[in-house]
Amino acid sequence: MERLLAILSDLHPDVDFATAEDLVDDGILDSLDIVTLVTEINGEFDVTIPAEEIVPENFNSAAALMALIEKLDEE
Amino acid sequence: MQKNILTYLENTAARLPDKLAFSTGKEGMTFSEVQRGAAAIGTFLAKEGLYGEPVVIFMDKHPRTVTAFFGVIYAGCFYVCLDEKMPEARMRSILETLRPRAMISDSKNLKKAQALGVERVWLYDDLAASEIESALLGSIRRRQCDTDPIYVVFTSGSTGVPKGVVACHRSVIDYTETLSVALEFSEETVFANQTPLYFDAPLKEIMPTLKFGATTYFVPKMLFSFPVRLIEYLNEYRINTICWVVSALIQISSLGAFDAILPKYLTKVAFGSEVFPRKQYDLWRAALPEASFYNLYGPTEATGMSCYWKADRVLAEDEPIPVGVPFDNTDILLLTEEGKRAAAGEEGEICMRGTCLTMGYYNNPEKTAEAFVQNPLNPYYPELIYRTGDVGRYNSYGELVFVCRKDSQIKHMGHRIELGEIEAAALRCDGVSRACSVYDADAKRIVLYYVGDGEEQALLRALGEYLPRYMLPTVLKRLEAMPLTDNGKLDRRTLKERATQL
Repeated sequence: MERLLAILSDLHPDVDFATAEDLVDDGILDSLDIVTLVTEINGEFDVTIPAEEIVPENFNSAAALMALIEKLDEE
Repeated sequence: MQKNILTYLENTAARLPDKLAFSTGKEGMTFSEVQRGAAAIGTFLAKEGLYGEPVVIFMDKHPRTVTAFFGVIYAGCFYVCLDEKMPEARMRSILETLRPRAMISDSKNLKKAQALGVERVWLYDDLAASEIESALLGSIRRRQCDTDPIYVVFTSGSTGVPKGVVACHRSVIDYTETLSVALEFSEETVFANQTPLYFDAPLKEIMPTLKFGATTYFVPKMLFSFPVRLIEYLNEYRINTICWVVSALIQISSLGAFDAILPKYLTKVAFGSEVFPRKQYDLWRAALPEASFYNLYGPTEATGMSCYWKADRVLAEDEPIPVGVPFDNTDILLLTEEGKRAAAGEEGEICMRGTCLTMGYYNNPEKTAEAFVQNPLNPYYPELIYRTGDVGRYNSYGELVFVCRKDSQIKHMGHRIELGEIEAAALRCDGVSRACSVYDADAKRIVLYYVGDGEEQALLRALGEYLPRYMLPTVLKRLEAMPLTDNGKLDRRTLKERATQL
């Protein structure tokens, strides 16, 4: 989780990602951020996020993203 | 001869009154609704005594917003679109240039709109409910010439002040007609719009929609982050035509969306505003082998796009995608530094000639005179050309190929940006004494070097007050001192080289 939070904080240092819950719906993450996140997560966690999983539900909070990473890691 | 763009709207509203013209997917408006709404707004504005002046539209992207544009034109005024995502300082700078007396907003943006200090701010809904007075609108129409302006679109300016490009009926009609022929639009065309309404880019969808009775969907911005959802949207509304910036297309192909789903109704893909990386372009071609692809190129100053290349041959491995040939009734001049025609294969500045030329920059004769100049090939009578500042050459097929920018103006994520504007904004922030912005084109990063005691994160936040998100530097780097050239000028070249190592 810390590694993920570090990646997120690099994108928006002013956001508290540990508690934020509507990152997409509140417009905090834009399309540039999503691409950056997918690339960084794929590299950092050695997973491949498939296009089907790039949906708002998985990017609305750090917890949701972490759950996705763990799910992909198990597969 | 058609002299007013409203003729498109009126003809189509009479022919296809109940057809859907514009929609977000959830909410839509038919041609007759757009026409009646626009005529009502036009009547209201005219009765308020507005004529031949800017009217600011500060609304979310919606069919109502486009209706407001045409309402302004009905009144014989010209529209300027602001967006909630624009930093307030940029909006204020635009308003300072325009000094508008009136603004139309929606309930969501009303507070922000009122804070900008424009004398009169109205709600769209109130204006659209006004009674239409055809005689009044008719008398306005008779006064108008096709050289009267219909919009001002603001582009990035090198001094930190955005430049407002003024376009008139005639150049927009010329653009609509020639673009529609080149890209073969028709009544069956279903567009999905991606570009913001405060640029000239959405004219590609809006104007042919009115001309043919086609339909345009305004895709919710959020979907561009989620490519599978985006393609589902395209399929749901049977979108067959898109004219998007390259970044939006890359978002889909680079995230592997085509492995999951294909846009099955899409037959026409036009792209532009920046160079399409070949690998991503090839992914698109492979995913949609039956679709037609078009590269579009052109400056706002020549009304939308000026050139197109239809992808009807296979490109060599290392061949850049050409920008092709000009639209009908537009002439391209490739000029050398000496103002002579470039020889075959030689590089030159891309200049435009024809009805496509806009009127120039609003309230800015100096900048207008720099870019809109006498055709150096014609010393005999007044004839303006527009100098793009882009360098191009012709390939062996006789197609125009874009080479690079002449000055510091860059294309980043589809947006035209003057690096000087970023520097100017940085210099307005506390704790910054010198600033130099360079573009690392390979990594697609805007790098801002600065000298001063301000912290990098604080500076980034401060820059957000002045610059839209897409102009914010990707990397900030504090220096003890700026490197200088031998004659004491800021050494941009060295900084640019260093930027690739950051």
